[in-house]
Parts: sequence; C-alpha cells; structure tokens
Amino acid sequence: MTELSLAPGAVDRDRALRLLQDYGVYGGVLALLLFNFVFTPHFASAENFRTQAVQVAPVLIVALGMALAIGTEGVDLSVGSVMALSTSLLSLYLGYGPWTATLIAVAGGVVAGLASGALVAFVGVQPIVATLASMVAARGLALVLLPQLKDVHDPGLAALGSGDVLGVPHLALIAAALALLVAFVVRRSTFGRQLLAIGDSRPAARLAGLPVRRVLVVVYVCSGALAAIAGVLATARLTASDPTSLGTLMELSAITAVVVGGTPLSGGRVRIGGTVAGAVLIQLLTTTLVKHDLPPSWTQIAQAVVIVAAVYAARERGKR
Amino acid sequence: MTTDTGEATMRTETPAARAGDEPPGASRSERLSALAQQHGALVTLVIAVIVASLGFDTFLTGDNLKNMALSSAFLAVVALGMTFVVVTGGIDLSVGSLFALGGVLAAWGSQYGTAVALLLPLAVCGLVGLLNGLLIARSGLAPFIVTLAAMLGARGVLLALTDEGSRTYLVDKDTFFAGLGQDSLLGVGVPVWITLVLFVLGAVVLRRTRFGQYVYAVGGNEDAAALMGAPVARTKVAVYTLSALCAGLAGALNAAWLLSGVTILGSGMELEAISAVVIGGTLLTGGFGFISGSLVGVALLKVIQNVINQIGSLDSAYQQVVSGAFLAVVVVAQTWLGRRRRVL
Repeated sequence: MTELSLAPGAVDRDRALRLLQDYGVYGGVLALLLFNFVFTPHFASAENFRTQAVQVAPVLIVALGMALAIGTEGVDLSVGSVMALSTSLLSLYLGYGPWTATLIAVAGGVVAGLASGALVAFVGVQPIVATLASMVAARGLALVLLPQLKDVHDPGLAALGSGDVLGVPHLALIAAALALLVAFVVRRSTFGRQLLAIGDSRPAARLAGLPVRRVLVVVYVCSGALAAIAGVLATARLTASDPTSLGTLMELSAITAVVVGGTPLSGGRVRIGGTVAGAVLIQLLTTTLVKHDLPPSWTQIAQAVVIVAAVYAARERGKR
Repeated sequence: MTTDTGEATMRTETPAARAGDEPPGASRSERLSALAQQHGALVTLVIAVIVASLGFDTFLTGDNLKNMALSSAFLAVVALGMTFVVVTGGIDLSVGSLFALGGVLAAWGSQYGTAVALLLPLAVCGLVGLLNGLLIARSGLAPFIVTLAAMLGARGVLLALTDEGSRTYLVDKDTFFAGLGQDSLLGVGVPVWITLVLFVLGAVVLRRTRFGQYVYAVGGNEDAAALMGAPVARTKVAVYTLSALCAGLAGALNAAWLLSGVTILGSGMELEAISAVVIGGTLLTGGFGFISGSLVGVALLKVIQNVINQIGSLDSAYQQVVSGAFLAVVVVAQTWLGRRRRVL
C-alpha cells in the first residue's frame, strides 16, 4: 500500500509535466483525487471536502504572498513567524473586539514585512538573509508577547473559524477571494507588471525607470500582511493562540506550493492558479498518506521528495 | 562600477584582500572597512565580555566559562561546516535536522560500540550531504530549496526511526563513546578540545590547501573559477558533504554529552549557525570569509545568550528577538562596508 499510494501520483505528475509543461500540477491534483476516490473510503463526501478546504486555506493564503516574493526573485522565510506574531497580537488585543484585534494583527504583519522589505530594497541584503533575521525576531517577539498557548473565546472569531455560507466554509471563501485579488493584481495592475519586470531583471527594471525599491517593499509588506491574515484565520479555526508552534515549517509548505505550481525560483513569472493547485496538491498528498495510516514522518519525507522533484522538473522546463 | 562585470572583477579580487595584502592603491578608508569586516566581531566580543563581567559577578567565573565553552562546542562544529558552504556562496539549511539525526543515530549505535556510534551518523549524514551537493552542483538547483527539502526529509527519517519521536535511545554512561562527551581534559570538556582541533584543521584546509583556494574561487566567481580550471562541481559537492558531516559529528558528540539521542533538538540551529558565520565576517555572497570569525561569532552569540539568561527578569524569548535584530544589524553593516569598499 505504501508504494501504491506514492507511485501513481509521482509518475503521473512527472509525465504530465513533460507533456503539459505548465499544467503538470493540475494533473497531479487530478491523479490524487482519482486515486482517493477509488482507494480511500469516505473520501467523496461533502464533509471531507469542507475539512480539506478549511485545512488548506492558511497555507494557500501564505503561499500567495510567497508567490509575489518569489516572483521578484526573492523569498520570504519569515511567514511562519509572522503567523505566530499575528496570533499573539490577536489574543492580546481581543479585548477591543475581534475587528480591532484583527486589524492590529495584520498591522503587525505589515510592520514585519516593512522591516524585511526595507532590508532587501534599501540596504540590498539578500532576501534569504533579511527574512531569516525577521523570522528569528518575529518568533521571539511572538513568544515575548504571549509566552504560552492561550484559549481564544470570542463568538465573532469562532463564527469566522467554523461558520459557512451555503455549505462553503468562511475560510475557504476568504482564501478564494484573496487568490482572485492577488491574481488580478499580478495580471492586470501596473504594480503586477512592475513586479514581474523586476523579477525578470532588476538592472533592466531600474534602467527602465521603474520604482524598484518601492515595489520590493510593497511585495514584502503584502507577504507579511497575507501571513498575518493566515495567522488570524488559523487562530479562529483552532480557537487557541499557540505562538510556539503556529506556522512552524509554514515557509516550507508555502515555497513548495509556489514551486510545485510552476512559478520559477528565478523570478519574472508568477502563476497564481498553479500556486492554488500546488497548495491543494500538498494538502491532498498529506491527506492521502494520513488516511492510509502512514505516520507523519512519511508525510515529511514525501513532501521533501515532491519539492526536489518539482524544482528539478522546473529546471528541465527552463532549459528548453 | 555598477555594471555586472565590474562587480564580478571586484569579487574575484576579494580573496587577495582576505589574505591581508591589499592591492596597491587601496585607500585608507578601504583598508579601514576591510579591517572592520575582519575584526568587527572580535572587538564586539571583547566589549561584550567586558560589559558582562562588569555587570554580573557570576559571568567571569570558571564554571560559567566552562559551561559556555561546552555548550558552544556543538554549535561551533556546525558553524565550521557552514563556513565552507557560505564561502562558496551557498547556504545549508539542513544542518539542524542532521544534527538531531546524528544524535539519534549515535545514541542508537552506541550499543554496538564507539566505532558504530561515530561512523553511523557520519555515514548517514554524509550521504545526505552528498545528495545535497550533487543536486546543487550537478543539477544546478538552488541551494536553499534543496537543503530545505533535506531538512524536512532528515527530520522525517529521524521521526521514522524513533516511533514518531516518542522513543529516546540512551547512551551507556560507562562506554568510551560517552566519555567523548562527558570527560574533561585539563579541566576543559573533551568536546571543546575536539572543536578546537577541528577549527585548526578547518582553517588550515581553507587557507593553505588547493581545495580551500577552490572554495574561495567558486564563491568569488563561479564562471571565472570554471575557466581557471577549478573543479567547480566537485568543490561544491565536497562543501555540502563536509557541512553535513560536521552537523552529524556535532550531533553525535551532543548525544554523548547528554547521554541520549534527543529527538527535538536542532530546530532553529541552522539559523544560529548561519548567524554565527555571518557575524564572524563571512560574506553571504561568497568568496570572502574566515574560519576563526565563525568561532568568534559562536562565542558572541553564546555570550549574549548567557547575559540574557543572567538577567533573570528577561524572558528567554528575548534571546531570539536580540539574535534576529543583531543578525540584521551585522548584515546591514557588512553590506554597507562591502559597498563602500566597492565604490571607493
């Protein structure tokens, strides 16, 4: 069963990547869905899909911001820590009402993004290092603000976390809305064009007179804000604030979703649809392994293999 | 000097600057910024030690220093391997997981004798490092993504080995292997001696051997190094293997010290190691750096940590805030110094 659950997905995806190039990730999602429909009991139920959608929402939202950062040939490693910071701020300021608390939490994400963005854009530090620094600092700050796990009792937040509209959970709706918004910004706005131009070639963008620094700062601010929103939603779903463990390894999941979705690490191209599918693919992969009683360690190893395979395939594609 | 070629020329020249013989015509401020780059961490360390010993009576006691040296030893070994990787312009995020994996493997292997306890983690971690290196050097994948995947994969292997992290293998206290972590020589713990020996070896290899020169050349400018006839791919594979071996060895020594293979160790260690290397003056862009700096960087991090621990009222989480802010300040200073040197 072990081999079976891994092999069809991997082989199909590989072939699909070669045949369909950019649409490989959709093939992978389809393959995993088919596999689960056939082999996993109780998979094809509305309840299961609701659960999957709710679980994938925070990763998806973080991955959207990550896609923007990767589009500029950068990366944002601080997203997991920003989620933790956001959950700390949320539970700290919940006394002022859920809306105010959410605003403050998102503001925290914006400030964290501003710090990384300023380091990248104005000082010229490599994105990996700049966001590594804010990753360490933001997690520390989150723990300073809220040293341990705390229950969050708020009817408004609880409704946000577990409510639904016509059977579709709020979390999934928010994630979908944000994905549409980011896709629109990347494709149709001046900012999106500038972002892609900078990712393609920063010197060329500068020579063309684009506001390179401003765009870079805004990109990291967006990434921080999206991570903070994901932190709020995750808190609402768990009805608890856990700054120690919330968002750990989130940067990895988000980067995987983006890379699997066909956005090259070399920048200049952002595929939001692929990113959404990439996040769904990882979620399905995890579910498949868990539902077939494989321990979490296998999930981690499988995810590692998928990342390397996706980056490797992207390299092949780039060469042609 | 803003064009790419200009930058590339300057970067290939940095190995010369590292050796201390500045090109003729180097202005005073140029030399000053080079000095600040090389010895800034050491000066900061001296200041930090003076401030700490004035502020806390307990800081400059033999026991405190001995404990600090012992607890820094493991991070220092990891940072040693990381220095080689960073000098080639790469990054290795898998060291924290490999550190934990090395510890677990060593603790499990210690029941079969010291040789197994040391060789098993080295073999497994070396293999992971080799795989990292091959993917990075031969397939041209980005180092951070490959080693990030290795970090996840190694943690997964560790969990699979320990019943999802629920089982802790113990090391028998009376074995020679346990002695490697527990004993002291001339009042100083054996791990500290091993670390010092490894650093001397590392410094000699990086500065005085052909391999070391290749490491600088690859980091300075990969294309130029390839044209010069340096074995770029082989050098890269070697540094990632070396880094993984260092992480595995550090994990094994740590297991001998703790007398068990603790599964939750090592998360965030890659950040500490990279911070130490960067604080020590090694440039993340590659081609410039020194082994001794990384040792100073580790010492500086541990002194800061010790001071924060001594201020009882401060939460230990402040440590992370301070480390992150400190890393940012150092990187900003380095970028500024580097730019100054390039412009002038």
